[in-house]
Amino acid sequence: MKYSDYPDSRGHFGQFGGIFASETLMHCLTELQEAYALLKTDDAFLAQFNHDLADYVGRPSPLYLAERLSAAAGGARIWLKREDLNHTGAHKINNTVGQILLAKAMGKKRIIAETGAGQHGVATATVCARLGLECVVYMGEVDIARQAINVYRMKLMGAEVRSVDSGSKTLKDALNEAMRDWVTNVDDTFYIIGTVAGPDPYPQMVRDFNSVIGKEAKKQFAEKVGGLPDALVACVGGGSNAMGLFHPFLDDTAVAIYGVEAGGHGLETGEHAASINAGKVGVLHGNRTYVMSDRQGQIIETHSISAGLDYPGVGPEHAFLNESGRAQYVMINDDEALAAFHALTRIEGILPALESAHAVAFAQKLAADLAPEQNIIVNLSGRGDKDVHTIAALEGVEV
Amino acid sequence: MSRLQQRLADLAGRKALIPFITAGHPRPDDTVAIMHQLVKHGADVIELGMPFSDPMADGPVIQQASEHAIQQGVGIAETIHMVKSFRRQDPTTPVVLMGYLNPVECMGHQAFVDAAKDAGVDALLLVDSPPEESDDLLQRLRQESLDQIFLIAPTTTEQRQAMICQHASGFVYYVALKGVTGAADLDAQAVNADVIRIRQHTQLPVAVGFGVKDAASAMAVAQEADAVVIGSALVSLLHGCESMAAAETAIAEFLGPIRTALNSL
Repeated sequence: MKYSDYPDSRGHFGQFGGIFASETLMHCLTELQEAYALLKTDDAFLAQFNHDLADYVGRPSPLYLAERLSAAAGGARIWLKREDLNHTGAHKINNTVGQILLAKAMGKKRIIAETGAGQHGVATATVCARLGLECVVYMGEVDIARQAINVYRMKLMGAEVRSVDSGSKTLKDALNEAMRDWVTNVDDTFYIIGTVAGPDPYPQMVRDFNSVIGKEAKKQFAEKVGGLPDALVACVGGGSNAMGLFHPFLDDTAVAIYGVEAGGHGLETGEHAASINAGKVGVLHGNRTYVMSDRQGQIIETHSISAGLDYPGVGPEHAFLNESGRAQYVMINDDEALAAFHALTRIEGILPALESAHAVAFAQKLAADLAPEQNIIVNLSGRGDKDVHTIAALEGVEV
Repeated sequence: MSRLQQRLADLAGRKALIPFITAGHPRPDDTVAIMHQLVKHGADVIELGMPFSDPMADGPVIQQASEHAIQQGVGIAETIHMVKSFRRQDPTTPVVLMGYLNPVECMGHQAFVDAAKDAGVDALLLVDSPPEESDDLLQRLRQESLDQIFLIAPTTTEQRQAMICQHASGFVYYVALKGVTGAADLDAQAVNADVIRIRQHTQLPVAVGFGVKDAASAMAVAQEADAVVIGSALVSLLHGCESMAAAETAIAEFLGPIRTALNSL
């Protein structure tokens, strides 16, 4: 079986993935599996999806050679896949544009979503506004406080943002609450999950809608340079931007693949969000994957400077790529990400999201170890406007 | 025949009352005493919740009870230990552990089954582990004659009902509404019709839970069902009990009328 052939018919990526959901949701997950299986090869559906990506999202996004960043790193050439230039400022819109078409085809009138950094919430509120659908976004109380601008953007677009104050009051709890809503309103509600996690078919569906990133990058690289890049780098929280970049290259085994987890304050402090590097195999939010839990199996709170990486699980396909050795998962801590944020801003004039800054930081290290004629593609998954207040506060600057 | 199967077989038409409490809530030291009180006031089977940090299928009452219990250091191991203590005085009342898969995965399937068996646990109900994903655990439970309870929901198709019934043992648990535990609107007429449909697929007793909160709702759904599960209403009541004495009174006042109502059927 090729890497690109996964998952199997029941949503398994090796031992990972699957469907671990409440019985009440099983029927609608089956309906979703069936609807997606039909539509993903339907010409009219794909034509509409591609049209929306081009005219609404603004694709293709450029593949940009960051010459000064490369020079500063002192090694390989670093290319940035500019997902930050998409409508709403991140890769998340690729997936919501796809899922909303699916929701519409299935006749669902009400949309729910969870969000951490708020990018997925904004991307969901956006497509709901465009189609005139009711939209409810669940967001942890802690995230609402640190991502106030995105909360306001969602409200401007007509979404209702529901604050979640259970558990750690972050992304995982927002996901729990969205699941509770779904189980209650299963007949008319479509749940747009924002990452490559959740029960099947979400991990493959979210990956497929985001794989436009990797497909474009592959084509653009072949045109600009020829052949294949030597390495791919993307940050991994749940892992949707990373899967989107990686998937079209999985069978090109000469291309090295690096997923960058949030090292937070450092692995030794216990304050991080590195589920693959420090978690163990478990079950969370509908799938089997690496999970950050204590010895009793309780999910533990994670830490990252970036809300979008602050999640105690990881998409099951990443778990599989790690176990199979096809991809390597490394860590970048808060300080390194912050330094990369400043570097990219100062020497390239590109203000990256703190999530994406993790990928940039690792790419700088990797580039230094490679030869000047080698090439690294970094997924610049989002722009940093949303993080300006966080960074200003950290540095004691009043904005 | 397992202790659970025997207990339900012995009912001979009498409706079974299955109260649910969260282990360690409101105080870890009182859980075993509360279990004995539940039996004293009419419980035929006890469902004991294993606290989990991310209880996706539970409403606010059981979520808070779980958080509360975890804060007091109660997890899967302590829960099993409580059953062991309970068994010293009560060798007959079946205990069903209810919870989520991750703690069981974390402990390891065989280690869990061994500890549960040793403590005198009778059955396991994992909300997020459908039969399709339960092969390994199910096999190990069967080896030790422990029952695995599966849920059937209002959205479960006939075909799935048949599949679930094939895997289930002990009893089949019908979720009376689309929603989380403790939700409000229960359509008893629809529930009774659904229970009749489920019986086409199984000889196992059928229990109904989620949304049952008092004598009236218990009686309404027990027209057809063999057993009634009451959770959130009881957990909520216990939450306000400052002492074991208060809990004893509350349990007597709460379960008494429900037991009487069920006996009248």
